[in-house]
Amino acid sequence: MLGYAGTILYIDLTTGKSRTEKTTEETAKKYIGGIGLGMKLWLSNSKAGVDPLSPENPLVLSLGPVSGTMFPTGGNGHAFISKSPATGGVGEAVSHGTFGAELKRAGYDAIVFTGKAEKPVYLWIDDEAIQLMDASRVWGKSPGETEDAIKDEIGDYYVRVAAIGLAGEKQSKMANIINEKTRAAGRTGLGAVMGSKNLKAIAVRGTHDIKVAKGEEFMDMVKEFHERMKGPASMRYRTLGTVENLTIANDLYCMPTKNYSGSHLDKVETINADEINERFVAKIIGCNSCAMRCEHEALVREGPYKGALARIEYDNLWALGPNCGVDKLDSIIKAAELCTYYGLDATSTGVTISFLMDCHEKGILSHEELGGIDAHFGNGDAVVQLVEKIGKREGIGDLLADGAKAAAAKIGKGSTELAQHIKGLEVTGYDLRCLKTAALAAAVSFRGADHSRSGAYQLDMKGKVDRTKAEKGRGKLVKEGENMLAVIDSLIVCKNSKATYYKELADLAKLYSAVTGLDMSSAELEATGERIINLARLINIREGLTRNDDTLPWKALNQPITEDGPAKGAVVTQDELDLLLDDYYNSRGWTVEGVPPATKLQELGLAEFKSIVEGKEA
Amino acid sequence: MVKIHQRKFISADPEKCVGCQVCEYACSYSHEKAFNPIKSRIRLVRVNQLANMAVTCRLCEDPACVAACPRNALSQAEDTGNIVLDKDKCNGCGWCIEACDYGAMMLHPETKVVYVCDLCKDKADGPQCVKWCPEEALTIVTSDTLAQKARISAIRKLFQEKEEKQQ
Repeated sequence: MLGYAGTILYIDLTTGKSRTEKTTEETAKKYIGGIGLGMKLWLSNSKAGVDPLSPENPLVLSLGPVSGTMFPTGGNGHAFISKSPATGGVGEAVSHGTFGAELKRAGYDAIVFTGKAEKPVYLWIDDEAIQLMDASRVWGKSPGETEDAIKDEIGDYYVRVAAIGLAGEKQSKMANIINEKTRAAGRTGLGAVMGSKNLKAIAVRGTHDIKVAKGEEFMDMVKEFHERMKGPASMRYRTLGTVENLTIANDLYCMPTKNYSGSHLDKVETINADEINERFVAKIIGCNSCAMRCEHEALVREGPYKGALARIEYDNLWALGPNCGVDKLDSIIKAAELCTYYGLDATSTGVTISFLMDCHEKGILSHEELGGIDAHFGNGDAVVQLVEKIGKREGIGDLLADGAKAAAAKIGKGSTELAQHIKGLEVTGYDLRCLKTAALAAAVSFRGADHSRSGAYQLDMKGKVDRTKAEKGRGKLVKEGENMLAVIDSLIVCKNSKATYYKELADLAKLYSAVTGLDMSSAELEATGERIINLARLINIREGLTRNDDTLPWKALNQPITEDGPAKGAVVTQDELDLLLDDYYNSRGWTVEGVPPATKLQELGLAEFKSIVEGKEA
Repeated sequence: MVKIHQRKFISADPEKCVGCQVCEYACSYSHEKAFNPIKSRIRLVRVNQLANMAVTCRLCEDPACVAACPRNALSQAEDTGNIVLDKDKCNGCGWCIEACDYGAMMLHPETKVVYVCDLCKDKADGPQCVKWCPEEALTIVTSDTLAQKARISAIRKLFQEKEEKQQ
């Protein structure tokens, strides 16, 4: 069974003891790796109702069978899985870089962390040698500073590090886990889980060979995909970058502005992809094994934020920019840099700041309550100051550090209507009111508001469906997209490479077989994707989530788009949402309450978890 | 001995290099049928996000590695200038590693003798890192072609600046 390292490492941070288990072929085939394997390991090692920030909540770090190979975009991924402190359901976040490849070479398919260290520690993995090291010298430092300090301490430049920043230490529910300075396992607040365990960082050096089962076939595939990645399927990532989405979304009137007050900007010339690339991008870099490099490093060259350097994608650009009414790139880049410095998910942070600005403009929070920060929409300097406050949990930042939903619960005064989140996770830069397939996808996404759990927003935006219409059939589309991305995040290959799999699951099945030597058909892989989504649903059901949680932010349900344009008047009514949910559950073979029946679990080989749905199938 | 401006080696253009490490995988796979950077004869260095460059043997004139070897295990090939190792003589002492200014000499984790770029002399299609580099950042150069390139780009820049000033 090549592709897999064959070992799962268990570390009890309370006792400092570790043990290993073999990765069985059955588990490997059933859950692949990445988020699939991670969720399986989490579910099997946790108890229902566990507090996400308690020692009893396991944190799983997992790799895919492709990690560590030369397959372009596939060699470098890793995933973190746990119970999300933001949503109370399953939390997962995938990151790329080099860290995952290094960990595979060290000989592990996954690590399960349990317990809590007495004092701040970092884990040092030197192939088979596992040590918990004193992290007092790096406590309080940024992920990047931590990486440098650990490399110095160990005396090895090629050590790869994933670390939390101050936000993770202070258990902000928006905290992420950053590897190699700019790559983030960003969403669902897993940095807080790491912080709650006193685990500052994971450092790894791996020296073992990675071999694949069918060398020649594999190398032919690598060659083929190098060619494909030079072509149109990945052109956008290679050239202007994901920031190009800003213009596309804006033209379609589906770019939320000022905390969903609007969906369009008349002028985007100061923040669009051309401006970013011409005036700010200093270098485009790539992750390990990648043949379509996409990471745009934006550098501020003049003005008060001179020297700020951040990776800019549409997501952080939108969240810290148009979403806060800001149209100045220098402050957006500075705010993005600070998010990385403190280890904060930029999307959630931006949406929480826009929530605060909305509260301020509506008179819910006074200038004094904001600690003197002029939090009006459009004030980029205020966004920068607020990121700093949130990172340090200082003053108003303490109120905001757990995200928009938690902040609204504390503020009251009707502010929950302004908190743009689903299940506690803040929304992303696609206006769900006029992207109704995406609205369904976001409502049912197991990790909360997110566009990248199904990719359905692309169907809406590319005109494959009537995006303003809620109708039967969308459930099936969302289901297919979810299954595909569950496979992509389990293998792990990069979501940005999705369009290069011309034969979709058939290409990925071939890749799986070439790497592992295990037979895999596209039908089996489709079933595996379905199994993983059902597994995620089971976790959420066990942790108390129901159909009522498959909903949309208040504004998406109640406040139609007002701007003159193709999306004017668009909103998702509760009736439309119910129609979409019924259609989706039906296409999944779930009950009207969104529960997978025991027969479905049997069919998917998940019978061992059927006690979770007992009594809920009616 | 081959003349200095005819001696070919592999050079990375830092403007084009994105730090993807595909060269390391191509090298270790073609030499050892395994994906493992520590068995690659070319290594990527990312000093920070903006500074990425792959480094390998530059086939120096009077190579320090050869001079440093106390056991005469290293020599420079007459026809190509490649650094050649006599495996039987090498005991892995590492003096050549210390002597090389570029970090191009490395100790093999299994054979325990040093290894260095051989320009894929046994491969019909030449150096595999050059072939696989997705950014076309790697090229086979001589010190002469490198100097030519630098000269031309410097002069271009000069005239460009002049034109800009005139505008």
